[in-house]
Amino acid sequence: MNLDGIVASAEEAIAAANDIIALDEIRVQYLGKKGQFTEQMKQLGKLPAEEKPKAGQAINQAKQQVQALLNDKKEAFLQAELDKKLNEEKVDITLPGRRAEVGGLHPVSKTIQRIESFFTELGFQVRTGPEVEDDWHNFDALNIPDNHPARADHDTFYFNPKLVLRTQTSGVQIRTMETEQPPLRIISPGRVYRNDYDQTHTPMFHQVEGLLVDEKVNFAQLKGILFDFLQNFFEEEVEVRFRPSFFPFTEPSAEVDVKGQNGKWLEVLGCGMVHPNVLKAVNIDPEKYSGFAFGMGVERLTMLRYGVSDLRAFFENDLRFLKQFK
Amino acid sequence: MKFSESWLREWVNPKISRNELVEQITMAGLEVDAVENVAGAFSGVVVGHVVECGPHPDAEKLQVTKIDVGQAELLDIVCGAKNCRQGLKVAVATIGAVLPGNFKIKKAKLRGVPSFGMLCSEAELGMAEEAPGIMELPLDAPIGQDIRQYLQLDDVSIEVDLTPNRADCLSIAGLAREVGVLNNHDICQPVIEPVKASHQDILPIELTAPDACAKYVGRIIKNVDVTKASPLWLVEKLRRSGIRSIDPIVDVTNYVMLELGQPMHAFDLANVSEKIAVRYAHEQEKLTLLDGQEINLTADTLVIADSQKALALAGIFGGLDSGVSANTQDIVLESAFFSPDYMMGKAREYGLHTDPSHRFERGVDVNIQLLAIERATQLIIEICGGEVGPANPVELPTTGEKQVSVELRKEKLDERLGVSIETAIVHEMLQRLGMQPEKTDKGWVTQVPSYRFDISIEVDLIEEVARIYGYNNLPTVAPSGYLKMSAQPESVKTLNSVKASLVTLGYQEAITYSFVDPKVQAALHPDLEGLTLPHPISADMSVMRVSCLPGLLSSVIYNANRQQNRVRLFEAGLKFIPDESAENGVKQTHIISGVITGLKAGEHWDIDKSPVDFFDIKGDVEAILSEIDATAEYEFKIQSHSALHPGQSAAIYKNSEYLGFVGAVHPQVAKTIGLKTKAFVFELQTDVLLQSKITTAQAISKYPSNRRDLAFTVDKDSQIGLILNEIKKVGGNQLVELNLFDVYEGAGIAEEKKSFAVSLIIQDVEKTLEEKDISAITDAVVAQLKAKFGATLRD
Repeated sequence: MNLDGIVASAEEAIAAANDIIALDEIRVQYLGKKGQFTEQMKQLGKLPAEEKPKAGQAINQAKQQVQALLNDKKEAFLQAELDKKLNEEKVDITLPGRRAEVGGLHPVSKTIQRIESFFTELGFQVRTGPEVEDDWHNFDALNIPDNHPARADHDTFYFNPKLVLRTQTSGVQIRTMETEQPPLRIISPGRVYRNDYDQTHTPMFHQVEGLLVDEKVNFAQLKGILFDFLQNFFEEEVEVRFRPSFFPFTEPSAEVDVKGQNGKWLEVLGCGMVHPNVLKAVNIDPEKYSGFAFGMGVERLTMLRYGVSDLRAFFENDLRFLKQFK
Repeated sequence: MKFSESWLREWVNPKISRNELVEQITMAGLEVDAVENVAGAFSGVVVGHVVECGPHPDAEKLQVTKIDVGQAELLDIVCGAKNCRQGLKVAVATIGAVLPGNFKIKKAKLRGVPSFGMLCSEAELGMAEEAPGIMELPLDAPIGQDIRQYLQLDDVSIEVDLTPNRADCLSIAGLAREVGVLNNHDICQPVIEPVKASHQDILPIELTAPDACAKYVGRIIKNVDVTKASPLWLVEKLRRSGIRSIDPIVDVTNYVMLELGQPMHAFDLANVSEKIAVRYAHEQEKLTLLDGQEINLTADTLVIADSQKALALAGIFGGLDSGVSANTQDIVLESAFFSPDYMMGKAREYGLHTDPSHRFERGVDVNIQLLAIERATQLIIEICGGEVGPANPVELPTTGEKQVSVELRKEKLDERLGVSIETAIVHEMLQRLGMQPEKTDKGWVTQVPSYRFDISIEVDLIEEVARIYGYNNLPTVAPSGYLKMSAQPESVKTLNSVKASLVTLGYQEAITYSFVDPKVQAALHPDLEGLTLPHPISADMSVMRVSCLPGLLSSVIYNANRQQNRVRLFEAGLKFIPDESAENGVKQTHIISGVITGLKAGEHWDIDKSPVDFFDIKGDVEAILSEIDATAEYEFKIQSHSALHPGQSAAIYKNSEYLGFVGAVHPQVAKTIGLKTKAFVFELQTDVLLQSKITTAQAISKYPSNRRDLAFTVDKDSQIGLILNEIKKVGGNQLVELNLFDVYEGAGIAEEKKSFAVSLIIQDVEKTLEEKDISAITDAVVAQLKAKFGATLRD
């Protein structure tokens, strides 16, 4: 058979092959050790020497031609097989994934963590303290002597005349100043308690108080830090005003209001310069050092930030409420 | 303090609008809480004169009147009020008038009789909640004048929420002083002349408690007619200040208190025997107060007494027996000074809080007692007539209440406020504040006026200057300080990082009240008695928690009642354990606690709907522990806990230190507290939990590792955790990993036995292990387990 005939018959056989096994048989039949091309090569010896190279070349060319046809066909088979496999493995990618459900922080914690991050960036350290507190740390050391009208304003939970549930986290300031010397920069977040329960009061709520004591600390700086804080907390240019007020432990004292969407002023903070009697109570020289302190209601800030309308929702722990905060 | 704008403006009337006034005093530290109109919105109501008044022909309860409103013809008006009678001056809503609520007055027929208007009551004009009849105007009211104009009803009641330091503003006089300072405006104080005595009777006054009362002014007024009605102007001023008219004597004393800030009292002379004695109460002494309440006096309580008995609770409340009544003929007026040091908290001791006690406690000007008694006398005789005796002031020398002088250094002022205010401006402010400043080298020396109880040291003056200067006019600057880093020990993990891990594990953070229901707590912790609040909000919030379980489990129940059945909650906070050895007798420990209940995973198309069990919560705890410190030695030990299932609970130890517990809620406890689903809980002591170690890196072996699987049979109640620890011990350094991959009991295993299978990953850091090295380890493990636990190798 001439080479063209072999190639043509191989081509025909390859085209007719149904699978990769049939294709392999064809390969053996043409290219194998006993295959047709091997047979052809054996015939070469019978040719005169000068014809050998040309004839050999021709055989090789034909062989390569068949090999290429085989390769192409094999590639096509593999591709088809892969396509089939891929098609079989197809899934409905719109079905929900097998995920671990993630929980969330309480909105009050979220707010506390945000406040902490603003102030720790300025070198404030986070301090906490006991919630069952003696009247020295909760009142006396804060320049609120026994029977002072300000004590009555606190709606204090008393265990006995000397022991209370803290009405403010200010006791932490006292505890810090009792053991450390200025310069001091601390904030103290935590639970506080007042004996009052209605639409706008819960008997437990959270405060973050801040304290900075150093030489030559002034009221302008207090305004500066709180103004800065409020802009950053609300992430907008809120209008802020400082209104004179009274706290026994600070003087001058101020309440800080921000202007709400409705144009009304809303109180969000109390603050002031640390009263010299407070510094004296913890043996810090008020002539040498001065300081400022501020306190904010976390629930109030959280309500404004996230549009929560009922304070009591914070402590009902209804999952439908809590799960909104991510 | 509630007051009417028009009353204030009688005293000081700067050219500023109502809104400006409200804004101004708020920004001076007298926070305005409310501004209310003193009457409803109405128009077309005029003063009328009842010329005729007769019965309605067809209606018993109606009267037919002819009213003169100053027009050419009298108006026929039908009226239903009982007090309507001929000769009255009344408020007439004429045809076309509009009353509050947009109620238009039209011509009407009442039972056949035409009516051209309406006679109004205070309630109908929005001046009172209710009224017994129509309003009776003074007989000199000008006929035809608009009522709004006549009664000055375009006025507002302003309520200021005064801070405890500003007692000086608890009066019109004080508020006027403040507004005068803010506007640099003069004050127009009414002239108060001493009233001439027409008789010389006085009651002796005996002061025996100088620290509590060193000044007392008395005066006898005879033959007063207490049945006279208080004039409308007085009633209206009181009403606009939130005080109800009682009788002319009480009204006048209230008026003087509002006007000048001096609380006063009047006794019926007939019931005062011989003298006025201001003394401390005797042991066992009793007193019946004006409201009928009988109190037992304590010996440190000051009373106003006569020669026989206590008459009144000094500075707080009058007594019933000595009070002025309709039969009173002669009265004794009291205008005294009770010191704040004595008064502080005194009213509260008796569960009382009165306008006088509120003022005395915060401080009443020590120099106005005589002025006040003259003012009250003048008003009483104007209204009730009477014969006035001499004012009888008695004063004791005291150590306190002297004029205080305070220094203000310019340097300190500037330093504290962060701005330098011109000396001349400061000087003028101090002057306006009545401080009589005197210039010195360093600044000023001031004399504090007797009405300013809140000023005694330099910083008080600094606040005054800042307030008058305006807080919002002070500069706003960033604080400066040393840029010193703070320690952040890496070996102590943060609470926030643990919270974040729990959130990743699917827990939602809860915040529950620190005081809980004693019944729920007792069910969970019968062995621990929490601190009890003597005056709780409610019985179910009356005891301090000894764990987070009462709160968390109540939240589970709360959510279950709202169809939220898959719950995973955690809470971080203090628990309060009474402990004599701790500060203040209570150990306050920070804990993190969690609860899970419901399905392992939310319902899903390809995840089993199986409920959580012990190993879910234990796995969560283990994840947290290994995240904080994987190298610590953790032990889960059987240890009974009142709240937990005895067979599904464990105490956790970290390096032999108690860390907390984990387990299933005891079914009996669950039943008691109303928990219907199986719940699993944990509690960890935060300080122990957060202790960590700084990683010391180990070299990674270059040599191949070898896996050997071993299966054993042991007694059913063997603790596999202990066996695993033993394998680790035997395996030593070359056992780099140990996995328990099967635990089985049932068919093929003897009834009292269970089997388990482990894989050991064995590797050396310095060489490739040979078979004999490996089997040396496995053989040792098999031998040790047999010896210690009776474990037999399964085929």
